[in-house]
Amino acid sequence: MARNTLPSRFRGLDIDEYDENRFVDEQDEAAEQQGPDGAEVDALLRRGEMITAFHIALRNPPINSKNPAVKERAQAVVLRVLTSFKSSDIEPAVKSLDRNGVDLLMKYIYRGFEKPSDNSSAILLQWHEKAFAVGGLGSIVRVLTARKSV
Amino acid sequence: MAYHSFLLEPISCHAWNKDRTQIALCPNNHDVHIYKKAGNSWTKTHELKEHNGQVTGIDWAPESNRIVTCGTDRNAYVWTLKGDVWKPTLVILRINRAARCVKWSPKENKFAVGSGSRLISVCYFEQENDWWVCKHIKKPIRSTILCLDWHPNNILLAAGSCDFKCRIFSAYIKEVEEKPAPTPWGSKMPFGEVMFESTGTAGWVHGVCFSDSGNRVAWASHDSTVAVAEGGKSAVVTSLTSETLPLLCVTFITENSLVAAGHDCYPALFVYDAGKGAITFGGKLDVPKQSAQKGMTARERFQNLDKKATSDTKEAVLESLHKNSISQISLLDGGKAKCTKFCTTGMDGGMAIWDVKPLESSVGELRLVWMGWGNIYSCLGSTSLCFDTLCA
Repeated sequence: MARNTLPSRFRGLDIDEYDENRFVDEQDEAAEQQGPDGAEVDALLRRGEMITAFHIALRNPPINSKNPAVKERAQAVVLRVLTSFKSSDIEPAVKSLDRNGVDLLMKYIYRGFEKPSDNSSAILLQWHEKAFAVGGLGSIVRVLTARKSV
Repeated sequence: MAYHSFLLEPISCHAWNKDRTQIALCPNNHDVHIYKKAGNSWTKTHELKEHNGQVTGIDWAPESNRIVTCGTDRNAYVWTLKGDVWKPTLVILRINRAARCVKWSPKENKFAVGSGSRLISVCYFEQENDWWVCKHIKKPIRSTILCLDWHPNNILLAAGSCDFKCRIFSAYIKEVEEKPAPTPWGSKMPFGEVMFESTGTAGWVHGVCFSDSGNRVAWASHDSTVAVAEGGKSAVVTSLTSETLPLLCVTFITENSLVAAGHDCYPALFVYDAGKGAITFGGKLDVPKQSAQKGMTARERFQNLDKKATSDTKEAVLESLHKNSISQISLLDGGKAKCTKFCTTGMDGGMAIWDVKPLESSVGELRLVWMGWGNIYSCLGSTSLCFDTLCA
C-alpha cells in the first residue's frame, strides 16, 4: 500500500536550474587566488613569529574560487594560525589589521565555527570578541551578506 | 514638537505637502491617512481608501498638489484634490508583482514606480486619451527595485535593487519632453539606457539619492556600507564600510554630506570628500540625555553576574529617539543643497523632525541640533567639512 506505483526518478531533478529567470552571480575570474601558503605559515609558526604568520595567512583569500579544496586548505591554514595564538596576543594582532582585514578575519572565524573541533571553539570565540570590538556589527553583517566568501 | 508618535504600527511610507503643513502616511494597512498640523498636534483630515494591498510608496508633488501612491496590489493611483475630497485615478502599471516605491519627477509630468517584477514603470499622462500610460525599463534588472530617485534634469533615474546593484537609467519620454543636454553621466540617453551600474556592492540596495547638482549619487546597502559615485569619464565610486547595522535610507543634505538612517534607529552623518575620494563617518545625530548613574550594591552586582554574566549597569533599553528601525528620511526645508530640517519615520510609528544649523560665524562647521525637550547639543565639535557651495 505504501509502495510507489508510479516512477519517481524525476524527483531527483533540480528544476530551479532550468528556470530562465534564475539569478546567476557575476562570474569573476579566480586568477591567482590559491589561498595562503601553508608551508611558509608553518615555518613562521615554528619560529614563533606569530604576527607575520597571521598576516601571511590572511593574504590571498580564495574568495572567487569555485574549488572547494582550495577553500578548505585556506581555512585549515588560518585555523592553525588562530589556534596557536596565546589569549593575550589576540588583541594586538587584531589591532594590526585594517578594515578589510577585520572583515576577512570575521569570515574565517565564522567558517571555523561551522566545523567545531577540540578546542577550536573556545579560541575562536576569543578571536570573535576582539574582532567584534574593532569591526562592530557591520563586520558580522558583511559575513552574512557576502556572496563570495572564503 | 520634535517627535510625534502617530501610531503603534510601523509607518510604511510618508510624504509631505509643499508647505509642510500636511503629511500623508500609510499606517501599515491598505489606506493612506492625511494629517494636518494644528498648532502642536496633528489631526487626521482625510482617509484615502482605494488600495487592496498595503501601500508601499507615497509621493506628494509640491507644485501640482497631486499624490501618487503604489501598493502591493500591483496598482498605482494618482489622487487629485477636488474641493475637499481626494479623487483617485487608476494607473495601469502592467506589473505582476507588488509595487515597492514611487517618485514624482522634478517637473511632475511623470513618475516612476519600482516593483517586484524586476522592472521600473515610468508613467506619463497622455492628453488625447486622458489617462496615464506607462513604459517599462526591464534590462538589465535582475531583481526587485527597492528605491528610486530622480536627477534634477527630469530624465535620469537612479534605482537601487535587490540584485546588489545601484543603476542610473535614462527615463527620457519623447512625448512629454525635449532631448536632454549631456550630463557627466553620459550624453546619449535613449529610454532605458543604463548610464551607470555599480560594482562591488554585496547587499540589497535599500536607499539611493542624487545630490542637488545631480553629479553624485549615494546609496546604502544591506552589507552595512554607504557608497558615493561621481559621474564623469571614469565614474569614481567610494564606499565606507560601517560598524553599524545596515542603513535603510540615505539623503544628501549638502553637496558633500549625507544623512543616513536604518536599523540602528538613529540618523548618522557622513561626509564625502571628493578630493581625497573618501567618505567619513561624521557622527550620530541622536545623543540621548545621560541618565544618572546610580551606584550598585554588591548584591545587585552579584545578581547581574548570575543572571547576565556581566556586572554592567547598562539596561537593555534603546536610548535613541526612535525605538525601532528608521525606514524613510524626507527633507523638509532647504532642499538637497542646504537642508535645514529633515524628518524620519520608522517602524515604531513615530515621526521625528531634526534641525540642521550651519554656523554663520565659524567657517565650515556644521552643527546638528535636536530641538526637543530643552536638549541642545553639538555633535560634531571641531570637525570641519567642505562647504564651498554653502558658505557663499
